[in-house]
Amino acid sequence: MLRLEPRLQPSRPMRLITPVLAVLLTMLFGGLLFAALGVDPVEAIKLIFWDPFFHPTYGAYSMSQLLVKAGPLILIAVGLSIGFRAGVWNIGAEGQFIMGAISGGAVGLALYPAAGIWVLPLMTVAAALGGFLWAMIPALLKIKFNANEILVSLMLVYVAENFLAAMVTGPLQNPQGFGFPESRSFTGVDSTTLPMLYQPLGMHAGVVVAFIVVIAAYVMMERHLLGFQIKLTGESPRAAKFAGVKPAVIVAITLGISGALAGMAGLFELTGPAGKLTTNFPVGYGFTAIIVAFLGRLNPFGIVLAGILMALTYIGGELTQLTLGMPAAAISVFQGMMLFFLLAVDVFVNYRLVWKKEVK
Amino acid sequence: MSEPLLSIEGLSKAYPGVQANDNVSFTIQPGEIHALLGENGAGKSTLVKMIYGLVRPDSGDMHLHGKHYMPHKPSEARALGVGMVFQHFSLFEAMNVAENITLGMEDAPPRLELAQKIREVSNAYGLPLDPDRLIGDLSVGERQRVEIVRCLLQNPKLLIMDEPTSVLTPQEVDTLFTTLRKLSAEGVAILYISHKLDEIKALCGSATILRMGKVVDTCIPAEETAHSMAEMMIGGELAMPSAREFTPGEVLLELDGLALASLDPFGTSLENVSLQLRAGEVLGVGGVAGNGQDELLLALSGERLVDKDMVKLKGVGIGSLGPTARRALGLLAAPEERLGHAAAPDMSLSENGFLSGWVRMKLTKSGFVRRGRRDDFARDIVSRFDVRTPGISNAARSLSGGNLQKFVIGREVLQGPTVLVVNQPTWGVDASAAAAIRQALRDLAAEGAAVLVISQDLDELMEMSDSFAVLAEGHISKPQPAHGLSIEKIGLMMGGNLEESAHA
Repeated sequence: MLRLEPRLQPSRPMRLITPVLAVLLTMLFGGLLFAALGVDPVEAIKLIFWDPFFHPTYGAYSMSQLLVKAGPLILIAVGLSIGFRAGVWNIGAEGQFIMGAISGGAVGLALYPAAGIWVLPLMTVAAALGGFLWAMIPALLKIKFNANEILVSLMLVYVAENFLAAMVTGPLQNPQGFGFPESRSFTGVDSTTLPMLYQPLGMHAGVVVAFIVVIAAYVMMERHLLGFQIKLTGESPRAAKFAGVKPAVIVAITLGISGALAGMAGLFELTGPAGKLTTNFPVGYGFTAIIVAFLGRLNPFGIVLAGILMALTYIGGELTQLTLGMPAAAISVFQGMMLFFLLAVDVFVNYRLVWKKEVK
Repeated sequence: MSEPLLSIEGLSKAYPGVQANDNVSFTIQPGEIHALLGENGAGKSTLVKMIYGLVRPDSGDMHLHGKHYMPHKPSEARALGVGMVFQHFSLFEAMNVAENITLGMEDAPPRLELAQKIREVSNAYGLPLDPDRLIGDLSVGERQRVEIVRCLLQNPKLLIMDEPTSVLTPQEVDTLFTTLRKLSAEGVAILYISHKLDEIKALCGSATILRMGKVVDTCIPAEETAHSMAEMMIGGELAMPSAREFTPGEVLLELDGLALASLDPFGTSLENVSLQLRAGEVLGVGGVAGNGQDELLLALSGERLVDKDMVKLKGVGIGSLGPTARRALGLLAAPEERLGHAAAPDMSLSENGFLSGWVRMKLTKSGFVRRGRRDDFARDIVSRFDVRTPGISNAARSLSGGNLQKFVIGREVLQGPTVLVVNQPTWGVDASAAAAIRQALRDLAAEGAAVLVISQDLDELMEMSDSFAVLAEGHISKPQPAHGLSIEKIGLMMGGNLEESAHA
């Protein structure tokens, strides 16, 4: 019979192959799902993975969306991956994303219509602070009362969503907006507009920040004492205590970093692609980033690739909606499948499949 | 003598590197309360696990009621009338008493009927239990009742009890003994595992004494003294140290009324632990596991903080400092559990060297890891302590126990500690690695450091120590020169008679 035997050393080749294997399995089973929906599976898979680059009519526009969508995913996922390495499960990046956008946006609106290149950096700092503080709620509750950070951070997403609704119908509502539940447009004023650096790939200033964060995170995790302590806490909490690591500090730092980065991502979304605060502002980047973090093996550079791949499924998903009339939910299932298959094939990193005769 | 209930004939069981049981034979009569006595690691647990069907012996045989008996799994043992109450309970806190009992039964009766039976049985044996109460609301003693009643519901002929009193208050112990005597009077035999000699004297009709996997003696406890039984347990062949050249230097470590509450419900709190450790001295701390050894190590490593002046290093109070600060000052420690405490299983050896060595070995520069120095340190440990591994990038868990233990001890020794505290330094380690580790610790003391060795292995302590103390129920005896000790005296100290030995 087939049995799983633990490997003494995790297999390195397997670590690299499993994400590819997961994507292929997702294509296969996603194709079956699409077929069941009455859509030609080959056509749909081609639309998702191929046409965003090479389609004669949509190609150019799709390419320009790639980094716009990948940027926030990468920025949030890098933050989450640091916590995940420590065994701190922040599931509420979506809420920190919203609170960052509200905090940064509020600063921008308070200064409106001030000009000057210092406005946007100031808003970014405020956004990072907003996300950080929102993440400190689960952090403090975990430290003080051992409350489960998964539940608390997740619940705070819904609080943040309702807070956003209250803000755009209250203090942050556009005074000249005829009572619509939305803020002023940030992209209407230069000082609060995120600079676009390379239009064909959708590379705005936020994407540059994301790439800088990727490098910084890599250096911290691989070369710095703090990164070692974070990994040690995740690997073996008791060994970490023996090494002198204070668990409470690690919880606060990792949640704080991921909250601040999610908050910054929120601001970049607000001052770039979204343009203004509305109740439709959150589109689920904070949740998708969880998939991105794992698909990228919790490694900053892996996350860049995974973020671009996931952005592709967003863009391709829109194409399938447009041209094949596929429901939006189908593409969410498709993205979820990717995480599912990754976790499933991950078993082979630490185990190998052996054929053994049953011994009595 | 009537036909024995259970006869055990030549059971042997070996684990890699350890002969847990070696040709063990004895018999239990119906209604007899039979003690199984021995130090930690003497093979008591392995033996009862074989009787209960949890472990298969390598050789030997057993007969129950004269019939061949060799259970493959606990349910077979239970079906044949053998029940067991473990030291650590397997109960679900969020479920009630009746539900927990149902879980362990092959064909549980309907709920109301079972609840009625639980009430009847528990009252009949003086262990009243309410079937509807949640386990989470019960005291430790009451939880044990649940385990006992669970066994009694299956009408056992033999009840195995593994250190049942270690978690009980004195009043609960009295109740338990009454119950056990009643069972015995009804013909149920009880195999009672303990190292508490007074209890065995009070309760048991006969005793089998194990030492290093072998039956070394049998006795009738009522006719022995706690003394004489301790001697049998420790063994006559204990090698006493010859007088060692030992001129203690200045006091390096001082514990002054150290007290620490245990966080583990099965742990023991430290109370008023005081001792002095001088330069060049190896102090052996003996005693049976679970008497505060883990807590002592945590209080010294800095993983648990205590009052500033309870722990003094060279006269400076450091009790309130964490592990990193203590290491910087020269107090190092190596915990008992290699994988998961002393080392992170999935991290490489170079990372595990860095784990405790980065402060003293200066393996960081403004927070950044100096990878060259880190790897050099790990390579140094591997070569100087003869750690067998393909390379320092291998994960800690890929090493054998002995090799990893050499790495863990070597990591601390090479940092040049002022005081080194080790817990069970050679536990589960093969003889040659054990000898190397002991020699390294002696050498460390010869160079002027102070070494505190916590161990359950008396042979080891006698071989290594300049002075010797016993930790019993969270109290420590006054350290005494090791070469003047007699087995008799150690037996007294181990039996918890600290007062007498402290003034002796």
